Amino acid sequence: MRENTLLVRVKLPEATEVQKLEKKSLVSYIYIGEPVNQTLYGNNSRIQLNDAYATVGDIQQFVVKERQARNEADRKLLTTSLKVDMNTKMGIVTDVKQQLRKANALKINYSTRKVIRK
Amino acid sequence: MAKRAAPEINAGSMADIAFLLLIFFLVTTTMDVDTGITRKLPPPVENKNENVDVKDRNVLKVLINSHDLLLVNGKPGNVSNLAEKVKDFMAIHLNNKAYPEVQEKYIPELGKKVLMTKGIISLKNDRGTSYEMYIKVQNELARAFNDMKDEQSLKYYGIKYDQLMDDKKVKIINKLVPVRVSEAEPENVGGQ
Repeated sequence: MRENTLLVRVKLPEATEVQKLEKKSLVSYIYIGEPVNQTLYGNNSRIQLNDAYATVGDIQQFVVKERQARNEADRKLLTTSLKVDMNTKMGIVTDVKQQLRKANALKINYSTRKVIRK
Repeated sequence: MAKRAAPEINAGSMADIAFLLLIFFLVTTTMDVDTGITRKLPPPVENKNENVDVKDRNVLKVLINSHDLLLVNGKPGNVSNLAEKVKDFMAIHLNNKAYPEVQEKYIPELGKKVLMTKGIISLKNDRGTSYEMYIKVQNELARAFNDMKDEQSLKYYGIKYDQLMDDKKVKIINKLVPVRVSEAEPENVGGQ
């Protein structure tokens, strides 16, 4: 039921205070993690947009495209879900966040696995 | 020779087969529900030198370094008691210089003035911080604010925040307990 085939390994971190992401049609996904095929792509963390690897510079355009794909009323409700591997360094995540700010995609969701609060 | 009756298929186990199929599909279908911590990014700043002046006593600085160690207002901290610290910091302390300022704010929906803290949490991380640690800290901050929302909700409506059905009530509680977490512009100190 996943829309994209993953090219990066994403093991989500755990959190207790999670909210459900509603309206899947209004969510665009950004994946960050180490490439699945490490012999071919090395083990530096990479960004995946749709079905291909991307760089930080591609994000603004990605947001614009995602926005255009929705009808006008829904555009400001668009949420970006960041599916980031738990071992990623914050540097790349911060870069992505800065790009999202520039593109005015301010609603974000750090995707996590839900665990029950002890 | 007597005429033999046509053999009938034994349908007795049909129900079992149906159940087996039902259970098989129940087990194998996963409706993966996306869960996560929702945050709002600050709008892009046009003027980089423009700094918002916030009084020092109103800010709780949370720093995470590249070795995933916490510094809470200048002292080494711990993830396990961060939520408690945040709650203590954001609580109303009248005339106490060690805590943030308190101001009266008029909430039109409640029709009265309410004491609110001017406290704000400033979260800063290094480029070398691991995402896992960052989420842990974000989670603790969210926990602190959720607990405070629960408190207010119990006070005004007698039920917990996540059980509030009325959108209006949810809005009021969100007004009473704004999630004031600011994320500083990124910094590269520890290297990657």
